[in-house]
Amino acid sequence: MNFPILSTLIFLPLISSFFIFVSKEQKKSYSPIYISLFGSVATFLLSLFLWYSLDINSSDFQFIEEKSWINNFIKFKLGVDGISVLFIVLTTFITPICIVSCINSVRDRVREFLIAILILETFMIGVFCSLDLVIFYLFFEAGLIPMFLIIGVWGGPKRVYSAFKFFLFTLLGSVLMLVAIIVIYWLTGTTDITRIYEIQIPQEYQNLLWLAFFSSFAVKTPMWPVHTWLPDAHVEAPTAGSVILAAILLKMAGYGFLRFSIPMFPIASEFFTPLIYFLSIVAIIYTSLVALMQDDMKKLIAYSSVAHMGYVTLGIFTLTKQGIEGSIYQMISHGLISAALFLCVGVVYDRLHSRLISTYGGLVNYLPKYSFLFLVFALAALGLPGTTGFLGEFLILTGTFQKSYFVALLATFGVVLGAAYMLWLTKRVIFGKTNNTEIKSLKDINKTEISMLAALAFFVIFFGFYPMPLIETLNVSVDNLINNYEQSINNISLVKND
Amino acid sequence: MINNLNILLPEIFLTLSIFVTLMLGVFTQKSFNLIFNLSSIIILITIVIIFNSSNITERIFLDSFIKDNFSSYFKVLILFSSLFVLNSSKVFIIESKIDKFEYPIIILISILGMFFMVSSNDLILFYLGLELQSLALYILASIDRDNLKSSESGIKYFVLSALSSGLLLYGCSLLYGFTGSTNFELIADKLNEENKGAIFAMVFILVGLAFKISAVPFHMWTPDVYEGAPTSITSFFAVVPKVAGLAVLIKFMFIPFVNILLEWQSIIIFISIASMILGAVAAIVQKNIKRLLAYSSIGHIGYALAGVATGAISGYKSTIVYITIYVVMNIGAFSCLYMMKKDGEYKENISDLSGISKKHPILAVSFLIILFSLAGIPPLGGFFAKFYIFTSVIEHKMYTLAIIGLLTTVISAFYYLKVIKTIYFEDNFVVFDPIKNKVAQTTVLISCTFLITFFLYPSLLNNIVSSLFLN
Repeated sequence: MNFPILSTLIFLPLISSFFIFVSKEQKKSYSPIYISLFGSVATFLLSLFLWYSLDINSSDFQFIEEKSWINNFIKFKLGVDGISVLFIVLTTFITPICIVSCINSVRDRVREFLIAILILETFMIGVFCSLDLVIFYLFFEAGLIPMFLIIGVWGGPKRVYSAFKFFLFTLLGSVLMLVAIIVIYWLTGTTDITRIYEIQIPQEYQNLLWLAFFSSFAVKTPMWPVHTWLPDAHVEAPTAGSVILAAILLKMAGYGFLRFSIPMFPIASEFFTPLIYFLSIVAIIYTSLVALMQDDMKKLIAYSSVAHMGYVTLGIFTLTKQGIEGSIYQMISHGLISAALFLCVGVVYDRLHSRLISTYGGLVNYLPKYSFLFLVFALAALGLPGTTGFLGEFLILTGTFQKSYFVALLATFGVVLGAAYMLWLTKRVIFGKTNNTEIKSLKDINKTEISMLAALAFFVIFFGFYPMPLIETLNVSVDNLINNYEQSINNISLVKND
Repeated sequence: MINNLNILLPEIFLTLSIFVTLMLGVFTQKSFNLIFNLSSIIILITIVIIFNSSNITERIFLDSFIKDNFSSYFKVLILFSSLFVLNSSKVFIIESKIDKFEYPIIILISILGMFFMVSSNDLILFYLGLELQSLALYILASIDRDNLKSSESGIKYFVLSALSSGLLLYGCSLLYGFTGSTNFELIADKLNEENKGAIFAMVFILVGLAFKISAVPFHMWTPDVYEGAPTSITSFFAVVPKVAGLAVLIKFMFIPFVNILLEWQSIIIFISIASMILGAVAAIVQKNIKRLLAYSSIGHIGYALAGVATGAISGYKSTIVYITIYVVMNIGAFSCLYMMKKDGEYKENISDLSGISKKHPILAVSFLIILFSLAGIPPLGGFFAKFYIFTSVIEHKMYTLAIIGLLTTVISAFYYLKVIKTIYFEDNFVVFDPIKNKVAQTTVLISCTFLITFFLYPSLLNNIVSSLFLN
């Protein structure tokens, strides 16, 4: 097929943002929202088509597009496999929901906000499509600009601090990755990752290069102890910003580990596994405990994100089939659930302008529909069987048990803590006594809000009961990843035995 | 003979035009507009002449003057940037009442000096060209002579620059004494690591050149001159002499000093790292945009020198690409300053930008693009400039330089973000006067378009620059 489906996918949001840019500025006009919604839904449908036409029995990259870009140096190369296609679909699914959420939450400069969101979508899809290190870096970094503006312009009272922290932390992490990318170029003569997979990177370089990539992904994941930007960014960002941040931006790092760190540096990945285990376990237990003590809803969910991403990194570096599939599953599931939870917080924030847990209480008596949906997502977040949250954690723990009982035991302990903070949050917000009289006059969620949340709830439950579409898409690619990994580890041990 | 003159045609044309315009200016009343437009036309014609000349390398005057692709590229770059700087600042010049007819002529004279600098293949011609441009720049710095700050910056620049010229000249004479020649290529033959006296001379010459491009530790004049001089002059200072200075620096490293690479490499690495760090750290506390841009230009020179420090052609190429993109960014940034006018007065403080995104969305977006590009964030042009530099630095296994360079990028991102914060995140409603300076607007637009679309075809500039070193 010659139709450049991936480029279209990447640049469709950019084109629709251009239309918003040239559209006439009018007060109280919905036309920017319609344009962006149209653009992003079209992107979503196109990505569904991409998923549908992807051959899931092949582990090769498909829909490859290649153009010469910088002479004799870098090719603009795009392609997808079973892993990346899921992230693309997640991105294109979340973006329209964010745009719908703007209708209620963004009052000021809606046009610019939508432009920023759409440009961000372009960069995010680009990250998941690119098969070249430099192109990946380009998209990975470029996402900082719109996100910085989203937090800074439309954020809460401490937005400047949070936006700066977000930008500088991420930039600091990724400049080292840039050094590593250039070093890889001079070692292998290419930045095309499919070719780097075939060339073994010399062992003595692997550890340092792995650490350089790790510095970027660890900040983005975020892993303990560089996670501190995340709660700030989440708390201050507007609802749509938090949703994108939690649902997609954090997944770039997990995707990066799978796409770059493990296949390119298998020996270093093996070497650093204990480090990842340690950091993941600390993230799971420590940030869960921190989450327990939060009095701000968004901060609580932000810390729970760190804990959930701890499971993801743990699962990836078990380097077992269950672990990796579980991690990807967990990323998708966390993408849906955390997005939904932030939207839930956004819904009440639009009404009462407070994120403090103590403001609320007994919402179930006055906002029954809202409370029901909130409960669904809270239960999904703590991993109730029948939701996507359960499957991801279950698979990760299964993978971990194969490697280390002790680590798995600690991780399982985190599940209990996860249940504790989510249930306690639900108890304090949804149930309990209504102390705040303002709540009594609140209106229940309107149709747009229901449609966003219901869409998310549907997929959380659907994929909780029927995970096959996701797992089947992943299956071959993950098998391939693990085979290649084991092969290169075996090669090394053979060399050592000789 | 006629053929020989063809080689010099741009210089001859420029010299004659300077005489003619000078006479015209003296004998006509209120001639600023006329002379200004004439100068723009002269610059355009010179560009055409250079484009039409053959691209064969030719030498005249006993090999002391050389016309090759390298010098032609820099001449065109100098001319284009002068053209944009001049025209975008015209309204500013008239409104700040420095519209003396000598203004554009002096700029032409300094361009002539730079032409000889980049074309020189001989110490004497090089020094003459350097002094011609320096003298013109001294006058430019103090052109607003009734203004205390402008005069101060002129004097400061003159005293320090004269000192550095003296050092440079001393270095040149030492070099002549130890090698017995003033011709670059002959010097290169005589120079080797045993020739300690000549190495001593090299240090003096480097100091002089580092001063001209305001690299640390010879940068002290930059912030004061940038702040004191009128904005139109500052933008000229920030762009054009830097281009010429770097061209000459590359030339020195490439031809006369090519055999003592190890000796100068460590000096350049030190200057580069020091400039990057100082440029990043000192800019953080600045409140005046012109001062901020001064420190940012120091930092940028540090990155450009990192490419020179590799001592290889790939490094020089990346430096040339860097300086070209730097020129575009800086012209854009300064053109933005011409629009910051409130109640008939041009504003220079960062705090004056507070919240302009609400009333001036286009200006704000342009500023945003230029600042992110200066910070080197992809996918803007500034990223590619840095990317090429670090690619060649890492190619030569100078990992420390690369890592320090990239870490200072993060620090310098902080102050660019601070300006963006002022523009976008603050709740004030600053409203500037309606923007009348259409040329400045166009310049900003061109610069932003260049920076945004650079990623579509990033090898265009590379191809051009690669052809400079073919012979």
